[in-house]
Amino acid sequence: MGRSSVPGMLIAFIILIAALLLAFTLGRYPISVGDLLHVFTAKLTGRESEAPTTAVNVILQIRGPRVFAAVLVGAALAVAGTAFQGLFRNPLVSPDLLGASSGAALGAVIGIYFSLGVLAIQAFAFVGGLLAVAAVYLIGSTISTRDPILVLVLCGVVIGSLLGAGVGLVKYIADPYNQLPAMTFWLLGSLAAINKADLLPLFGLVAFGTLILIALRWRMNVMSLPDEEARALGVPTGLLRVAIVAAATLVTSASVATAGIIGWVGLLVPHIARTLVGPDFARLIPAAALLGGGFLLLIDTLARTVAAIEIPLGILTAVVGTPFFIWLLTGVSKTWSGA
Amino acid sequence: MNINRRSLVSGLSATLLTPCLASAATVTDTTGRTIAVPDKVERIFAAGPPASILVYTFAPDLLLGWTRSHESAQCEFLGVGACDKPQVGRLTGRGNTTNLEVLLKFKPDLILDVGTINDTYISLANRVQEQTGIPYALLDGRFDAIVPVYRKLGELTHRQDEADVFARYAENTIDIIKGRIDKIPSEQRPRVYYGRGPNGLETGLGGSINVETIEFLGARNVAGERRGGMAMVSVEQVLVWNPDVIITIEPAFATNVRSDPVWAPVKAVQTGRIYLSPTLPFGWVDFPPSVNRLIGLWWLAKALYGDLFPEDLRPITRDFYQKFYHMTPTDAQIKSLLVGPT
Repeated sequence: MGRSSVPGMLIAFIILIAALLLAFTLGRYPISVGDLLHVFTAKLTGRESEAPTTAVNVILQIRGPRVFAAVLVGAALAVAGTAFQGLFRNPLVSPDLLGASSGAALGAVIGIYFSLGVLAIQAFAFVGGLLAVAAVYLIGSTISTRDPILVLVLCGVVIGSLLGAGVGLVKYIADPYNQLPAMTFWLLGSLAAINKADLLPLFGLVAFGTLILIALRWRMNVMSLPDEEARALGVPTGLLRVAIVAAATLVTSASVATAGIIGWVGLLVPHIARTLVGPDFARLIPAAALLGGGFLLLIDTLARTVAAIEIPLGILTAVVGTPFFIWLLTGVSKTWSGA
Repeated sequence: MNINRRSLVSGLSATLLTPCLASAATVTDTTGRTIAVPDKVERIFAAGPPASILVYTFAPDLLLGWTRSHESAQCEFLGVGACDKPQVGRLTGRGNTTNLEVLLKFKPDLILDVGTINDTYISLANRVQEQTGIPYALLDGRFDAIVPVYRKLGELTHRQDEADVFARYAENTIDIIKGRIDKIPSEQRPRVYYGRGPNGLETGLGGSINVETIEFLGARNVAGERRGGMAMVSVEQVLVWNPDVIITIEPAFATNVRSDPVWAPVKAVQTGRIYLSPTLPFGWVDFPPSVNRLIGLWWLAKALYGDLFPEDLRPITRDFYQKFYHMTPTDAQIKSLLVGPT
């Protein structure tokens, strides 16, 4: 298995590169490949670009930041999904299992309800995601049980639905003319409003969380064993679980805060990554990051080029994801066991 | 047909229904439904924000309460006591927040809704009317129906003469403004982008209620080729459209867009034609979609076709607020309203 995963990683890498090339060349504002190359060479050599200033502006200020944000958000969701699927030993788990997305959604709609600025709405969403998962974890760990994972999942489900009711309540009392459309757009997920300034915090948080998960890769392999066996191997399962959940929640909340709610990526991409490189987390996490980035970048390119108006990402990922996932399920037992 | 059903219902439950229904005059509303109007209409339950604003402008004493309570900034631009009226909730539209027992407690003589006319709202009106026994009138909420809507409201309340004053004011405003604009050939009319939302990236598509007055004034809505409601767009798409004018209701966006390098190539930004619409007590351009947009017509006309409209907006604003909002704004208040072109 070890050697065969090299081409798998290569495939993931090639998909990302191809998606990047496509994403930079396509867009609503027509830019020739020549101008695109001019902008890049000028940027690399530090010389004045020969391309028209609007083309430079579109590439460096609008399309570029959006492309990188799509890669980061896609990678983050895929990595978090991979970590959660391993931790909960279940292939049907997605990164919002413990309420990160519902918490972020409630934070964001509250921000919109109080007519806050974009930065504050993002901060509310980010903190909302973290708080929701923290609450789920605290409640889950106070209940003594022989199956802490199951209790955690159930807590996540109930807290998530409570937060969903909270979102419903805020939408119900919101101004139907002004705030309600903004909330609806936010909940459907979009990268249309991405700004250069969003990139650094997003990159910092996603990189930090992903590095923690990569550092824990060997222990995560052990975590896919039943609790007693893992503990018998000397792994402190309780502590490790906190670390994995915290790191995955950090990257999920950061990406949801910037892009809104985008389902399916965290559920779907880990499966594709597993079929490519096998179940070893040391390879699985980087492969999921590459594939997730490439996948969401392709989806976002579609979202911004198909029509004059934006197509919400959450809708596209669901339309693309559902048939693909059903197809994957037919062969899932094979790949999940790692045979 | 409606009368028949009504007399049947009253026959079955004669003791429960108020006797005034029997002697009612009939008025046909915009849907063609025949409404049995009581002899005295003194209490109107407005089903949503457009209806409550319409009734308030016409006769504050008739309005039982507002759909939502107002913020103090809004109350400063409404007449004395306007904000003391209770919050009664929304009867139609997205999410009912009134229950019919509360509605009955207010003892309205008439329920009025102003807005979209379609089968959903017609059936809702019929259902509420049957359940409560209170006449329910549904009037067209489109901006260009503003004159007949005032006249119809006069008929429904037996105050035709007062209604005629409002109808003529609206007619006059529309005639003056349209009269000057109609001469402009369409290719010389400004191309407008209407930006909403925190980033200014939500816009109204062609025919949407949000850009109704912009399109009414013959401006070319850059997002108008596709018809629909509100939608998200990307900055890249706005650069392709390259509008001459940006109209917005979002103060933060109106400020940021001038200095944001991303928006810099847009023609409207380069020529400084970015206009932030007044929103007090109700929006001048967009919402609620009611008569509040009438004063906005002057403002928009000045923003879009400045040369044709040399008038000072301040006296026009004062006059409108006196007649429609029953308050006289001070010079300072008018100055704070008119942050755009004056």
